[in-house]
Amino acid sequence: MSDWVEACGADDIDEEDVMRFDHDGRTFAIYRSPDDEYFATDGLCTHEKVHLADGLVMDDIIECPKHNGRFNYKTGAARGAPVCVNLRTYPVKLDAGKVLIQIG
Amino acid sequence: MAKGMLIIGAGECGGRAALALRDLGYDGPVTLVGDEPHLPYERPPLSKDAMAGDAPVIKAIASDEILAERSIRHIRSVQAVAIDRAAHGVRLSDGSILPYDKLLLATGSLPRRLPMPGLGPRCVYLRTFNDALAIRAHLSAGNRIAIVGGGFIGLELAAAARRLGAVVTVIEAQPRILMRGVPAEIAKIIHQAHEAEGVKILCGDAIAAIADDGAQVRIALAGGQDIVADLAVIGIGAVPVTGLAAEAGLTIDNGIAVDAELRTSDPDIFAAGDCCSFPLAVYGGRRVRLEAWRNAQEQGALAASNMLGAGEAHAAVPWFWSDQYGLTLQISGLSDEGSKVVRRDLDDGAFILFHLAQDGRLVAASGIGPGNSVARDIRLAEMLIAKRAKPAPEALGSQTIKLKSLLAA
Repeated sequence: MSDWVEACGADDIDEEDVMRFDHDGRTFAIYRSPDDEYFATDGLCTHEKVHLADGLVMDDIIECPKHNGRFNYKTGAARGAPVCVNLRTYPVKLDAGKVLIQIG
Repeated sequence: MAKGMLIIGAGECGGRAALALRDLGYDGPVTLVGDEPHLPYERPPLSKDAMAGDAPVIKAIASDEILAERSIRHIRSVQAVAIDRAAHGVRLSDGSILPYDKLLLATGSLPRRLPMPGLGPRCVYLRTFNDALAIRAHLSAGNRIAIVGGGFIGLELAAAARRLGAVVTVIEAQPRILMRGVPAEIAKIIHQAHEAEGVKILCGDAIAAIADDGAQVRIALAGGQDIVADLAVIGIGAVPVTGLAAEAGLTIDNGIAVDAELRTSDPDIFAAGDCCSFPLAVYGGRRVRLEAWRNAQEQGALAASNMLGAGEAHAAVPWFWSDQYGLTLQISGLSDEGSKVVRRDLDDGAFILFHLAQDGRLVAASGIGPGNSVARDIRLAEMLIAKRAKPAPEALGSQTIKLKSLLAA
């Protein structure tokens, strides 16, 4: 269960921004919030499988670049049409300047 | 007892409005009436992804289970034939009469018909899922497809047809493709992409005659060329469906005329989506009609809210996208409001054109590039447009200055 994977360096992502991370055939999105915390979710929008890392982060919301579906990236909760299925989230920790995510 | 909320038109707009009424806590009757046999579904894929596979599949906005769970009555395959405004009722083609407290007209638009003789069974239009099924059956390797009209539907379909190996010719009467709403610099990229993929594009030539013998179509151009095709798909724009509203005496002005709250000239009747014209606040109340998926979705939700008395004015900035091959185009705002253009280059050949008004205000942004490379900046531009910002042209043009930083200014 404790399969922590190094996703990126903590400085690789700007505050209030997002980055794509691919691992073992899966794709994730790693976020750095405006208050400098890190989060991780599945990388693809639940509406049409678009990479969320191309989208815009505003406060605790990630907006899909294609159809503006919104999710709270801290909880994965869908926040508006056209999305209705929540996003899966993953535990994140920082270690020696690296962002690690726990892929269950 | 409440007569409830009645929605005529079960597309993106009507479907979203029905769901929004429940999201907002309305617990009276909600009835959604559509003239198609399907669940409410998304139309954008019909000219894109739906054509890519072996058989188009419906992308439903809500399943039967969701509609049942949310007590939304969905009546299919019927048309609304008359509104009795005094009695607050709508008569349907099956003879029944549905009462309403508030009525939403989300009747959409229909393809503009090519006004000439000679059209037959091999000349088709694309609007519905069933249209898509019929067209898809003709998109096979070597089949000749003529597309009349170099607008979005025609070009997206051309891309899909090429992917399936069809021989595609696009005929556009204007001097270039995408004349309406797309800057020439971006239209040129799309034109080149089609030619690189083997599509033949003929611009600036009018159709002199069409002959359809049921097996093939012969299109004679004024310039002297003859195009012979197994199928002609006509995509020359859309016209709003206003007949029901007009017969009920509602004001029509390039669509069903509504105010900023999407109310028609009858305070108990609203209209939203492709069928209505409305004042666009961000451009000083300029009256527009939009044929766009996001507008349909947003106005459906806004109409629902105002049917419940919210009194909320429309404030969104128009937004539109198109996918062709690996390219995505996104436009926010109306570029014809601009008089000056600033270009910002992004990675991988992607770029954005910012359209500024005389007074320096950002009024639109048009971007094109591979995948979703322009999405984030177009979204930020949309927020700048909504704020009526006057960003420095040098900052807009500089790749090293983040657009997000301009938003805070």
